[in-house]
Amino acid sequence: MTTLVRLRPTAPPRRPGRIAILGAPNSGKTTLFNALTGHRAKAGNYPGVTVDRREGELQARFGADDVRLIDLPGVYSLEPQSEDETVAVRVLEGGFGEPAPDGVVVVVDATTIERGLPLLAEATALGLPVCVALTMIDELKARHGEIDPQELQRELGVPVIGVVGNRGLGIDDLGALVSAPWDWTASPSLSRGGEGRTPEDRFAWAHRVLGACRRQAPEPNRWTRRLDRFLLHPVIGSAVFLAFVAFFFQAIFTWATPAMDFLSGLMDGLADRVLATLPDTAITRLAADGVIRGVGAVIVFLPQIVLLFTVILFLEACGYMARAAFVVDRVMGWVGLEGRCFIALLSSYACAVPGIMATRTIPSPRDRLTTILVAPFATCSARLPVYLLLIAAFIPADPVLGPFTWQGLTLMGLYFLGTGAALLSAAVFKRGLLRGASLPFYLELPPYRLPRPSDIALGVWDRAKLFLRRAGTIILAVSVVLWFLLNLPRRPADPELSDAENQRLVLEGSYAASAGRLLEPVFAPMDFDWRINVGLVASQAAREVMVATLAQIYAQEGQDEEGLGVLLSGSGEGGRAPLLSRASALALLVYFAFAMQCMSTLAVIRRETGGWRWPAFTFAYMNGLAWLSAWLTFVLASAVGA
Amino acid sequence: MDRTLADVADASDGRLLEIAEVTGTGADSRRLREIGFCTGAPVRFIRRAPLGDPAMYELRGALMSLRRSEARRIRVHRRAGA
Repeated sequence: MTTLVRLRPTAPPRRPGRIAILGAPNSGKTTLFNALTGHRAKAGNYPGVTVDRREGELQARFGADDVRLIDLPGVYSLEPQSEDETVAVRVLEGGFGEPAPDGVVVVVDATTIERGLPLLAEATALGLPVCVALTMIDELKARHGEIDPQELQRELGVPVIGVVGNRGLGIDDLGALVSAPWDWTASPSLSRGGEGRTPEDRFAWAHRVLGACRRQAPEPNRWTRRLDRFLLHPVIGSAVFLAFVAFFFQAIFTWATPAMDFLSGLMDGLADRVLATLPDTAITRLAADGVIRGVGAVIVFLPQIVLLFTVILFLEACGYMARAAFVVDRVMGWVGLEGRCFIALLSSYACAVPGIMATRTIPSPRDRLTTILVAPFATCSARLPVYLLLIAAFIPADPVLGPFTWQGLTLMGLYFLGTGAALLSAAVFKRGLLRGASLPFYLELPPYRLPRPSDIALGVWDRAKLFLRRAGTIILAVSVVLWFLLNLPRRPADPELSDAENQRLVLEGSYAASAGRLLEPVFAPMDFDWRINVGLVASQAAREVMVATLAQIYAQEGQDEEGLGVLLSGSGEGGRAPLLSRASALALLVYFAFAMQCMSTLAVIRRETGGWRWPAFTFAYMNGLAWLSAWLTFVLASAVGA
Repeated sequence: MDRTLADVADASDGRLLEIAEVTGTGADSRRLREIGFCTGAPVRFIRRAPLGDPAMYELRGALMSLRRSEARRIRVHRRAGA
């Protein structure tokens, strides 16, 4: 049980202290952690689980060296039901191969103090020294509420410090306090509160403590109520929600495009420069086509990822994200998921990697896993270049009705196909494989608050780093391996032939070509020849690599990427036979809509689910579905004479 | 005091209610109680989502939303004087 009183000057341990920061979601924990560490934190993972781990060093200006702060996941209680809570408890009890922390700062939102104190009682019951950081004091006063930290300290017996993280008030005191956790002691009352076995006991204890403190509860947050009346209005609220989704797509596709084009142009230009200036050897070509273009394939996504997370983190911090989940929850409920899954799926339209990273806010492990398994169906931006190439080449641009053309409708159809596949598979998984009791649905709607730009910047930076590390290394590695597969074995250049012709001959004899031929029986029912299969192999690095690879395979004199579509569909002037029938092209489009062709997504699924089981499953079921649908498309399209 | 018991899912105005009991067993009911929906706690219906479900409640100074299926488990009565 709890250590009650420690006599003051027993020789305090003078080793580096580790202090855990514990608090409910939205309690102001992150702002506080950032203020104490000076916005320098190491983000990572706890081994074997998927919960974010953030650690940082206490800033030296608080007068202590070597105090490490651990930002625990936001939890309502220490009852280990969700993954977040399990991690919090394991860290506090000394798990993950590390000793238990030397003290715990419990962050309590002063405006909802009644809800925060039970967590303090639970933390005390673990027997660690605790202290309280009372946040949102300014908001409490603005809403005519009152609590005296001194009185609360007297009642609880542990240090209580009122802080306003936004303005740095109280941070110095808190910083000094966390350097000496061995001085914190709990009063008998607090220890008894921690002994309460049921939530009721702990809430009743919190009520008694607050009763002894002459505390004035705050008035309802007027601004939040007013904004909610508007933003959650049956009609206006739905319109706002749709506008939010439109804004989201606008941001990740339209606004990110110039930066993405610039970066890909920059990397291509660099690769071309290298090819032009250095002697033409295998090493040069590996550097240019394998490494530089490989790096390019990664960083081209960076503007989108940064923009995506800026929007997400901003809306999350200001309080709208929870409202969006609240509005859409019913729709998600039809397929067995919940509102929070929507945000992750929405992000996946940019790229499944950040989408899967965003599932961490989903408390129910089953819902979370389901979302991870279906997120790769969302039409990510890497599919677009392939869609655009094939649609331009095979679908007529004739108008259908008003402003709609066959091309536009096909693209829209492919988006619906991806979305439909995601929702339907979610429904199937939740009814079958992942059926079972889940946590009850609850969602806290925090008050609207103006976010701190530095908190958002830090969050975006953390995630961008994570993306580069996880996806970047994989894409680069696959890109280099592919270069070898496409260029080996070596073959002496024939001086009689042009460079492009020589290149094509190397490719035709390459290991990748052998793989393509090996795959021929698999894709023969759709009439894909070995060249398309090589493209499918190459697109395992990232889907858009398909376009460049096909361009390389079909490279002939005077043919560049623009000519590729003409070549594929045989629509050129020379009356050349098409290399792909329209039925096969439609099948290929459908294949791309469903297939799991992205190594980085698989790697992220492995990281997030802690093993190869689920990525293997995802690979199998998505590609199975893709093959079947492509074959059906081919059969149907052939039947109607497409 | 109004003795009629109902569940919080039926609440449709902003009157202050008091939680009489949280039905159901095991982890589910425990989770609801841990986030603050426990016997004796005052709770107030605020609004429904635009599509009718879930609904938002004021609970111990915070806004919490529950689906109808969860709200059915929370039996309430009207608070004396409210």
